[in-house]
Amino acid sequence: MSGGDEYRDSPVRAYVITDGRARPSRNTIGIDTLLLAVDPDKPLPITTSRQHHELLRMCRRLLSLVEAAAYLELPVSVVGVLASDLVDAGRLVARPSIPEATGLDLNTLQEVLDGLRRLR
Amino acid sequence: MVFADSGERYLPDTVQQAVKILILGDFGVGKTTLIGSVSEIEPLRTEETMTQASVGVDDLDGLQHKTTTTVAMDFGRITISPRTALYLFGAPGQQRFWNLWAGLSKGAVGALVLIDTRRLEGSFDVLNQLELQTDMPFAVAVNHFPDTYAHSEQELREALDLLPHTPIVNCDARDRASSLDALITLVAYVSHLLVPQETTS
Ligand SMILES: Nc1nc2c(ncn2[C@@H]2O[C@H](COP(=O)(O)OP(=O)(O)OP(=O)(O)O)[C@@H](O)[C@H]2O)c(=O)[nH]1
Ligand SMILES: [Mg+2]
Repeated sequence: MSGGDEYRDSPVRAYVITDGRARPSRNTIGIDTLLLAVDPDKPLPITTSRQHHELLRMCRRLLSLVEAAAYLELPVSVVGVLASDLVDAGRLVARPSIPEATGLDLNTLQEVLDGLRRLR
Repeated sequence: MVFADSGERYLPDTVQQAVKILILGDFGVGKTTLIGSVSEIEPLRTEETMTQASVGVDDLDGLQHKTTTTVAMDFGRITISPRTALYLFGAPGQQRFWNLWAGLSKGAVGALVLIDTRRLEGSFDVLNQLELQTDMPFAVAVNHFPDTYAHSEQELREALDLLPHTPIVNCDARDRASSLDALITLVAYVSHLLVPQETTS
């Protein structure tokens, strides 16, 4: 069994990294939103934070928000804010997760079912 | 391995959407083990913050309090088809974590609730919450530990007070095929809910 389940990160650090905002500016970015950098070699403005740089570099290829957060060792909520910024700046494309309102369609469920059976 | 680059960090560029399943259960019940058995990536660990307005005893000073807790969760991934990735999120079932998985449940396929029959009462909370407070479909997977007494399905249904349609399966979370079977049971059940008029099985 793994003890130490409750990881504690300094709220002050999170606050500073995200420039005082506690959550993403838009709620379109979810934990499983897929992220991909646009033109990753194009330089970012000089004022861009190290964490924004790191996230953009991490997303040179397709990766979900939660994976990027895990590899960067930052809280998901913080990386959500960073990703929103980069999407706003046109540097990151987000492929949205399944929308809550419309939900899952039967085709997708069947695809998941077939995929699991194939692995079996 | 089905996908040649399964050892890699990144998803194929063809993937357009992600779907998720929650793996819930008491401490030590096998959530991380199950995720590890089926994931194509080494299970990852991250944290999510939960903010709650605190109520009750401590507002003597008249101030609004908010408590923020961070909770570790682990997750794995299966690239289920060229266009879809499946994420499995493991989260503890105790009441104080409900906010976490209420957030995770948005748009989710459903939840697999892992049960250790030696500690059935550890799962009452999570089952109650799922039935009464969410509309997320779920299935129950009973993990067998070496000293587990083999209860009949009927006994377990009664002890857990499950609704008649809730699927219940045996599972060894250490075994890939067995873990996949438990997930298949859940997804098949959810598809059935979407097409209730379909009577073939
Ligand atoms: N016999 C048996 N052992 C299992 C099974 N699943 C997990 N275990 C063992 O039980 C222990 C706990 O499993 P974990 O996967 O860490 O449980 P968890 O639910 O992630 O635990 P926490 O994250 O601490 O809440 C490990 O030693 C596993 O090897 C199972 O299906 N059968
Ligand atoms: Mg665990």
